[in-house]
Amino acid sequence: MPTVKFLEFDGSEHKIEVSVGTSVMRAAVDNGVPGIDGDCDGQCACATCHVFVDSAWLPQTGERTPTEEELLGFASATEPNSRLACQIKMTNALDGLVVRMPAGQH
Amino acid sequence: MNNISLERVRDDAYAIPLDRLDVSEASRFQNDTIWPYFERLRKEDPVHYCNDSLFGPYWSVTKYRDIMAVDTNHKVFSSEVSNITIIDRTEEERNPMFIAMDPPKHDEQRKTVSPIVAPGNLAKLEGLIRSRVSAILDGLPRNETFNWVDKVSIELTTQMLATLFDFPFEDRRLLTYWSDVATTIPQAGQEIDSWEKRASILSECLAYFTRLWNERISAEPRSDLISMMAHSPATRNMAPREFLGNLILLIVGGNDTTRNSISGGVWFMNQNPDQMRKVRGNPALVPSAVSEIIRYQTPLSHMRRNALVDTNLGNKEIKAGDKVIMWYISGNRDDEVIENADSFIIDRKNPRQHISFGFGIHRCVGNRLAEMQIRILWEEMLSRRFDINVVGEPERVSSNFVHGYSALPVRIAA
Repeated sequence: MPTVKFLEFDGSEHKIEVSVGTSVMRAAVDNGVPGIDGDCDGQCACATCHVFVDSAWLPQTGERTPTEEELLGFASATEPNSRLACQIKMTNALDGLVVRMPAGQH
Repeated sequence: MNNISLERVRDDAYAIPLDRLDVSEASRFQNDTIWPYFERLRKEDPVHYCNDSLFGPYWSVTKYRDIMAVDTNHKVFSSEVSNITIIDRTEEERNPMFIAMDPPKHDEQRKTVSPIVAPGNLAKLEGLIRSRVSAILDGLPRNETFNWVDKVSIELTTQMLATLFDFPFEDRRLLTYWSDVATTIPQAGQEIDSWEKRASILSECLAYFTRLWNERISAEPRSDLISMMAHSPATRNMAPREFLGNLILLIVGGNDTTRNSISGGVWFMNQNPDQMRKVRGNPALVPSAVSEIIRYQTPLSHMRRNALVDTNLGNKEIKAGDKVIMWYISGNRDDEVIENADSFIIDRKNPRQHISFGFGIHRCVGNRLAEMQIRILWEEMLSRRFDINVVGEPERVSSNFVHGYSALPVRIAA
């Protein structure tokens, strides 16, 4: 199964196996990775699964959707590599994906 | 309420012809009998048209997923073309505020104030909140009945709000007063008996804050809400009514809501002693309990949108211009999404999945601050091993918008 490496704000690492088709948010929440909340359960409606995608993986994770773009506009401390983890669906090509979490979800 | 009268209410809720069912009557929120009416709508008519109410014709959206669909579709369901609560107000009567705007203006104004509740700033506030909570709790009377709403819920949230505005601390109860006045629908025989009286009191609020604004606009930018608005291009040229509108938004948003979740939490724990035992035995459950309290209370019962175009929701044809009420209080009891939704369960599986903060671009900007205040309060109550006994029924406010309490009589054993 492909894996994702989550890096908490303090640097703590979590390597999680994620089945293809599952969102990166779902994987974090279901495995109790701290730092990702997913309050809206993946509806792209709350911006509480904000992550920074490691630059090496940006091309493979695709573009922000318009709604995602709008919601990220209200998140704090966004960067050009900010994404909502609920909008990144796992694929075999994303095996080894690295994402970093912000100081807090807001 | 005892079981007999609850049965009577349920019979009544299911006996009314569906087309006459109107969930907007404030008295049912005040006497806590609204639940079977929403239960019936969720079962029989989740997107429900009521053509005759005190507030005119309106749609009720009562299920979680339908509410989510409305809340996340601001291109169809506007916050700007009319009021954001069920009561109609003309454009002249409405004070512009960013919660009642659509993009792009909403976005610019919201972004002006949101840094105050960003993670970094919240971390700075945590110690201050803990010391205030401690002082409030340690000063409470023992072996004596007192009103929890006034001594704890209002006091804590009003102190917080005064800090966010850098508002003169000794005058902070004015914020509580203006918040209550702003959410009051004038009624004969009440203190606020006309819209003119309401407007006149709120003009005092505007005058007070205008003095603060004038001091701060000529000073260096600081991190309080008034200074932030005075120095931001998106808000520094607001007309007086728009300044007042945004003040009301921030005062009500930062005050009424957390206040009523603080009171509700004590009431729910008292009604569910097994849940109280659970959190006593395992204080690590506090964050989850906080989310459950906020779901179960739903401190704002509804928000309103107006359809900009003809649209379909839940197989109903909603026409352009129609008034659409999202009943958050009902969505939070939708057991298609929330298991055992009518039960208060502090360690439920997905406690954060509730709709009290709304979703989409208007989602509560202060939700993390609200959670933090309630969390610290419960942490400090548990560490003091408080035995809080509710010694009478709570008094609820008469409103279909603010879902809250005016009194909760409690007694703490010495």
